[in-house]
Amino acid sequence: MSSAPDIRGGRLPSGDYCNAFSDLHAPLDAHEARVAAERCLFCYDAPCVTACPTSIDIPLFIRQIATGNATGAGKTILDSNIFGGMCARVCPTETLCEQACVRNEAEGKPVIIGQLQRHATDAIMASGRQLYKHGAPNGRRIAVVGAGPAGLSCAHKLATLGYDVVVFDKRQKAGGLNEHGIASYKSTNNFAQAEVDWILSIGGIELRCDQALGHDFTLADLRRDFDAVFLGLGLQAANSLGIDAGELRGIEDAVAFIEALRQSADLSKLPIGRRVVVIGGGMTAVDAAVQAKKLGAEEVTIVYRRGAEQMGASRYEQELALTGGVVVRHWARPVAVHGESGVLRSVIFAATAERDGRLVDTGETFELQADQLFKAIGQLFVPQVLEGSSEVLDLDRGRIAVDADRRTSLPDVWAGGDCVAGGRDLTVVAVEDGKQAALSIDRTLQGFVPMAAE
Amino acid sequence: MADLSVNFCGIKSPNPFWLASAPPTDKAYNVERAFRAGWGGVVWKTLGEEGPPVVNVSGPRYGVVHGPDRRVSAFNNIELITDRPLEVNLQEITEMKRRWPDRAIVVSLMVPCEEEAWKRILPRVEATGADGIELNFGCPHGMSERGMGAAVGQVPEYVEMVTRWCKTHSRMPVIVKLTPNITDVRKPAEAAKRGGADAVSLINTINSIVGVDLDLMIPRPHTDRKATHGGMCGPAVKPIALNMVAEIARSPATHGVPISGIGGIETWRDAAEFMALGAGTVQVCTAAMVYGFKIVQEMITGLEAFMDERGYSKVSDFVGAAVPNVTDWQYLNLNYAVKAHIDQDLCIKCGRCHVACEDTSHQAITHLKDGVRHFEVIDEECVGCNLCASICPIENCITMVPLMDEVDRRTGRLVDGSCLNWTQHPNNPQVAKKPLEPLEPAE
Ligand SMILES: Cc1cc2nc3c(=O)[nH]c(=O)nc-3n(C[C@H](O)[C@H](O)[C@H](O)COP(=O)(O)OP(=O)(O)OC[C@H]3O[C@@H](n4cnc5c(N)ncnc54)[C@H](O)[C@@H]3O)c2cc1C
Ligand SMILES: Cc1cc2nc3c(=O)[nH]c(=O)nc-3n(C[C@H](O)[C@H](O)[C@H](O)COP(=O)(O)O)c2cc1C
Ligand code: SF4
Ligand code: SF4
Ligand code: SF4
Repeated sequence: MSSAPDIRGGRLPSGDYCNAFSDLHAPLDAHEARVAAERCLFCYDAPCVTACPTSIDIPLFIRQIATGNATGAGKTILDSNIFGGMCARVCPTETLCEQACVRNEAEGKPVIIGQLQRHATDAIMASGRQLYKHGAPNGRRIAVVGAGPAGLSCAHKLATLGYDVVVFDKRQKAGGLNEHGIASYKSTNNFAQAEVDWILSIGGIELRCDQALGHDFTLADLRRDFDAVFLGLGLQAANSLGIDAGELRGIEDAVAFIEALRQSADLSKLPIGRRVVVIGGGMTAVDAAVQAKKLGAEEVTIVYRRGAEQMGASRYEQELALTGGVVVRHWARPVAVHGESGVLRSVIFAATAERDGRLVDTGETFELQADQLFKAIGQLFVPQVLEGSSEVLDLDRGRIAVDADRRTSLPDVWAGGDCVAGGRDLTVVAVEDGKQAALSIDRTLQGFVPMAAE
Repeated sequence: MADLSVNFCGIKSPNPFWLASAPPTDKAYNVERAFRAGWGGVVWKTLGEEGPPVVNVSGPRYGVVHGPDRRVSAFNNIELITDRPLEVNLQEITEMKRRWPDRAIVVSLMVPCEEEAWKRILPRVEATGADGIELNFGCPHGMSERGMGAAVGQVPEYVEMVTRWCKTHSRMPVIVKLTPNITDVRKPAEAAKRGGADAVSLINTINSIVGVDLDLMIPRPHTDRKATHGGMCGPAVKPIALNMVAEIARSPATHGVPISGIGGIETWRDAAEFMALGAGTVQVCTAAMVYGFKIVQEMITGLEAFMDERGYSKVSDFVGAAVPNVTDWQYLNLNYAVKAHIDQDLCIKCGRCHVACEDTSHQAITHLKDGVRHFEVIDEECVGCNLCASICPIENCITMVPLMDEVDRRTGRLVDGSCLNWTQHPNNPQVAKKPLEPLEPAE
């Protein structure tokens, strides 16, 4: 049976988009938050804090919520993680703080740290109060490239310490993937921009959009004009599927699709296939699939080359896909695509298996009808943007090499977030990188000599 | 099946669960519902003398202490005695006793501290057919300013005098309800006994302010921007009430006086604890106000199951069973020693035991072992205080294990089962002067 290729907008009645893309978790009200907070045991040397990449004092902020001090709780969070609001929405807590919560041992259910964190940070946003200010200017200027969570976290910390910071971003809007990548149902009501505006409003940070490193200026320029440079470039390119797809219409990069979705003013205008196939096993694959389904695609299938345990998406995210009506097929990889008159019609998969630790084809194949295919098989760092400096930055496995202080091989250049090697490609890790880099820049420029252990 | 019926100083009731004198017993409508639900008896809301009834505030009467999830752990109230006409109450009492002859109806009274006033009201109460009277010497607000309630209960001489008037002018059993707002509850109990009381009941409410509204800067609740102290009741007062009951039960001067235990009883277990310390009946107010009359069904079935399991066939089999095990600190065996022990399989590694012991002066629980999070008791430091076991969130995870025929690694002393109390202890400056006392005081 063959049917006409079908990629179009307006699959839902126009009033239904708002509902489909509403908050994943409704915010806790004060009473729910208090009840949830009472479950926290106020652990000593709490394991949840150790598990949080930004080391938020979780028992303290939860106790503050329990005592009716939600804004105090918000400050505790933001002191450690200036993107505490976004992290509350997007952190895969089931693999971070909530996985470490001792309540799992006791009752099989953790304290809902993420939702409590949102409650507290929302209280700060609702209060309209600014908690931080530009520190007394120390006359030093720092360049930050990339206005994602890594770059802005670094810029904010530096500004509070008295630095003047210039943030460059090649896009028109700041926020990085918070603004362009995070699933829309995790960050509703334009929260990403509200948070960025709040962070930038302390003063001392100048934002320059539409300014691309490697195009409008070089790393050498920055090193000449500033006292230090922080690179928070994120990842720029998608991995290729490694199959010959020619110029078929309907084959797209999942990250680009999500970015278009996040920036769309009218979701009913966004074209989506009737049958959608997503290749990949990470958070991006799940987000693309779930949002495709929400846009009204009839059949959405994630195909991943290994099993459920190996998927980058957590079990919770996988369940989110399944309950959202997405079909997940494991142990298969795409080997060919079929098109007709320049548009995608189907994808051919080879079944895979693991033998002696290696992934092999079993010899079986199957075909999925598809109007649209999203690639979500990982992104790449493109080092070409760093060219133009006489000295080169060391790379490690294709990304920028840094030490524990997020310092690169160049003495005045720091880096963090997705563009550095060894990270976990999470918002919260990017925030921590930016914070640690700022503290290291400060120590370096202030000539701080580590004290002997007391 | 265990027999729950009781005969309490001559008052019979099918079970020991009575409603305390309070709003749930203020009128026939409530009492009817209570008896249908299964309550063994009621103490009618306190009656005052003939004449214009007292006037309550027309605003909030209750303050509340909430636990997590708004569970009520205590109330305080500024309600007065009944604000309904005396005659209406007496008629309803008569009617209720006629409809429910097997249930106990005790009438709580509070009239001015004059013999004539008591002489006037007692025959009228007797005429209702009520089983007995309870003298409200406890109400801590409103009535005490008028020389009644706690104002009487705090002066043992008055307690004795009024009790005697009641015994003189009535043939009904007299229960004297004691106030906890006093330093030594045994004193008014002794006075009641001297006056001829058939029983005592305790406790009435404890003077309290439950909290302050920090926006208005007025204690909660307020009446037109002024507040007054109220009387506190509910689960939070139970430990205070238990101690007062035990003090009366074990004091040689009052030992054997029937006790109706009151204060924070919510479940069969609470009731059984009061009874183990000597209460022949128990009275409930707050729990019925919070959850309604149906809770008595849980209490009845729970107490039955408990008694069946332990082989108690009637309530008197265990009433007072714990009294001989209450003693003064000086008679505790100072040679007895226990050590905390952590069950590593149950431990969830929250670390609370560590920080509790660490910051409470004994430093006897590890935090790390070979660099790994691990909580274990250091016997050389543990004094056996059981703080850790008390605060551990996991039941039975920390147990206190008695030492026997082994050396206490903290003190280096052999624990061999011998007894030595403070009255015998070499560190007691008085011991050198005195010969050894027996281990327990003579009864
Ligand atoms: C679809 C998707 C969903 C995700 N969902 C989650 C999630 O739910 N939870 C989670 O924790 N993480 C999630 N992540 C990962 C998370 O978004 C990233 O780890 C995080 O944003 C990394 O922050 P960053 O600051 O390093 O990079 P980015 O957020 O990518 O920001 C980099 C910024 O640098 C700018 N830039 C790049 N090159 C240049 C240049 N040459 N000149 C100037 N500016 C430049 C970009 O425009 C961008 O603004 C998701 C990622 C994707 C792609
Ligand atoms: C609103 C209220 C009114 C009360 N009124 C009386 C009263 O009129 N006479 C009395 O003897 N005790 C009165 N009490 C005290 C109760 O009878 C009882 O002694 C006390 O509440 C402790 O028991 P509980 O913890 O079960 O509530 C009242 C208590 C409350 C809460
Ligand atoms: S581990 Fe869980 S219970 Fe302990 S402090 Fe953290 S959130 Fe609270
Ligand atoms: S308090 Fe209890 S559960 Fe927590 S670490 Fe100590 S023994 Fe383990
Ligand atoms: S019993 Fe007391 S001293 Fe011993 S470990 Fe526990 S808290 Fe510490």
